[in-house]
Amino acid sequence: MIPIVDAPQRRAPSLDIDCTLATAWLVAFLRDELIERRKTHRAVLGLSGGVDSAVAAYLCARALGPENVTCFRMPYKTSSADSLDDARAVTEALGCGERTIEITAAVDGYLQNEPDADGRRRGNVMARTRMIVLFDQSAKLGALPIGTGNKTERMMGYFTWHADDSPPLNPIGDLFKTQVWALARHLGVPERIVAKAPSADLEANQTDENDLGITYLEADRILSLMLAGYGDEKIAARGFAPSDVALVRAKVESTHWKRHLPTTAMLSSTAINEFYLRPVDF
Amino acid sequence: MKLAIVQTKPRKGDVAANLADLAEIFVQLAAEAQPYDAIVLPEAALTGYFLEGGVYELAFESEDLARRIAALWRAAPGSDRAPVDITIGFFENAGGTYYNSALYLEVGPRDHRIVHVHRKMFLPTYGVFDEERFLSRGRHLAAFETRFGRMAILICEDAWHAIMPTLAAIKGARVLLVPSASPGRGLAHGDELESVMHWRNVLRSYAVEHGMFVIYAGLAGFEGGKGMTGSSALIDPFGESVARLPALGAAVLRADVDFSEIDIARARLPLLGDLDSVLPDLLFDDELLPDTMRRLGERTA
Repeated sequence: MIPIVDAPQRRAPSLDIDCTLATAWLVAFLRDELIERRKTHRAVLGLSGGVDSAVAAYLCARALGPENVTCFRMPYKTSSADSLDDARAVTEALGCGERTIEITAAVDGYLQNEPDADGRRRGNVMARTRMIVLFDQSAKLGALPIGTGNKTERMMGYFTWHADDSPPLNPIGDLFKTQVWALARHLGVPERIVAKAPSADLEANQTDENDLGITYLEADRILSLMLAGYGDEKIAARGFAPSDVALVRAKVESTHWKRHLPTTAMLSSTAINEFYLRPVDF
Repeated sequence: MKLAIVQTKPRKGDVAANLADLAEIFVQLAAEAQPYDAIVLPEAALTGYFLEGGVYELAFESEDLARRIAALWRAAPGSDRAPVDITIGFFENAGGTYYNSALYLEVGPRDHRIVHVHRKMFLPTYGVFDEERFLSRGRHLAAFETRFGRMAILICEDAWHAIMPTLAAIKGARVLLVPSASPGRGLAHGDELESVMHWRNVLRSYAVEHGMFVIYAGLAGFEGGKGMTGSSALIDPFGESVARLPALGAAVLRADVDFSEIDIARARLPLLGDLDSVLPDLLFDDELLPDTMRRLGERTA
């Protein structure tokens, strides 16, 4: 008998990343974009207490020095105390600046006249209020706001348009959530933050995975196949529930607009970003 | 041949500042006790790579660029001791037709001469790349004579098609000059980016197959989030990587290149000679010939 060697079947493209390389690359990105191109050493970011903003803070501290990074905790009255504590754990570990700015008065100042606003609308108002704070503080400090959205939520459209996605630089936006977790452990983010269930913390006991209807690990595996060009049947054939594949596909296909600037009517052959094309760093 | 591969990290679109940086580098190089024979710079070395429509504002006529580079070199104290050959990638305005080009320039103490201009033939226009939206493609791959023997220039994707170094070698090139601008991607392959690993693999395979030196000059720096992967390298005709710069940051790779190693490598592994005799059978076989003749007819019609 001649021995037969079976080639392994890969369920999905590897989500593994070399965290040392990723860190070096992202630190260089932040330094190039902030210091050399935009001529500032300072960054501001919102710390939610979650893993994404914690990783962004750790990267900024490495790139710029903790003394040049100011983190803002921006709780609403319903935000959990644990989130505030976890954000504090990050600033204490890094030794970077921290300030807490309550957004309750600003949010309620508007929402008091909108008593029928549902959770979705209220959440969006909070997210947009946090961006007002962050951009204003960046102007005050001569700093640049840093984005903290990951690739999974960007692909699934699980964010508030022109809020979470508005900072001009985002170091982690091409990393899936599971990759952010790996990077967080590599960077030394407190395990409590890495291990806890991700949550937008807009309502009590809310979790991302309940909102999305799928775990991040399954979503990331399916997304990685989808982005590689595989159709739904091929993806399901690799051992994913067709309902999960359909769910992810629907989220992606219904949110392309959230990954673009506003649609502008084109009337000339010099339309901006259609004919008049210049890169962002030109 | 004393070689400097100059890995530049240009400021986007700021030609004056980038020329000033290059002037400083030239001053540093020209001050060395032993003069340099050759200096090789990356693709889009003076402008940055991703320019979109800005390419039309930042393109040079080749003679204009040659004059400026020669003047810059001659302004460096000590540069008048010996001639130097300079290869530099740039966006070319050829009478209103625009190319992604690289010129090979011989600079003497008083005059200069353009030895060759290569216009990139494979313009990547997929994914993050959009070259053919803005540029025309070159139509000719040449090997050209230099003071150091025959060479060929392949710009970036030109060198991702194995037939290009193959034809360059058949045309007599002993050295491949590869100015490049490669945005890094792929974190799943250990401590090296996937795109850098791919570059290294293809260049080493060309070097060993054809017994050529490969001189790779990579652009560095982040451009709108896309990090150019530098990694400038010298690969010997045995396929060994002699030296390589890091992916990040501007730097110079200095090396002494002994071209007699090409003859030793080719004697040990005479694949190029084999290819030379077999290639006509491959190109003019019954399957390919009708299509080749048809295309030939189209071109001569």
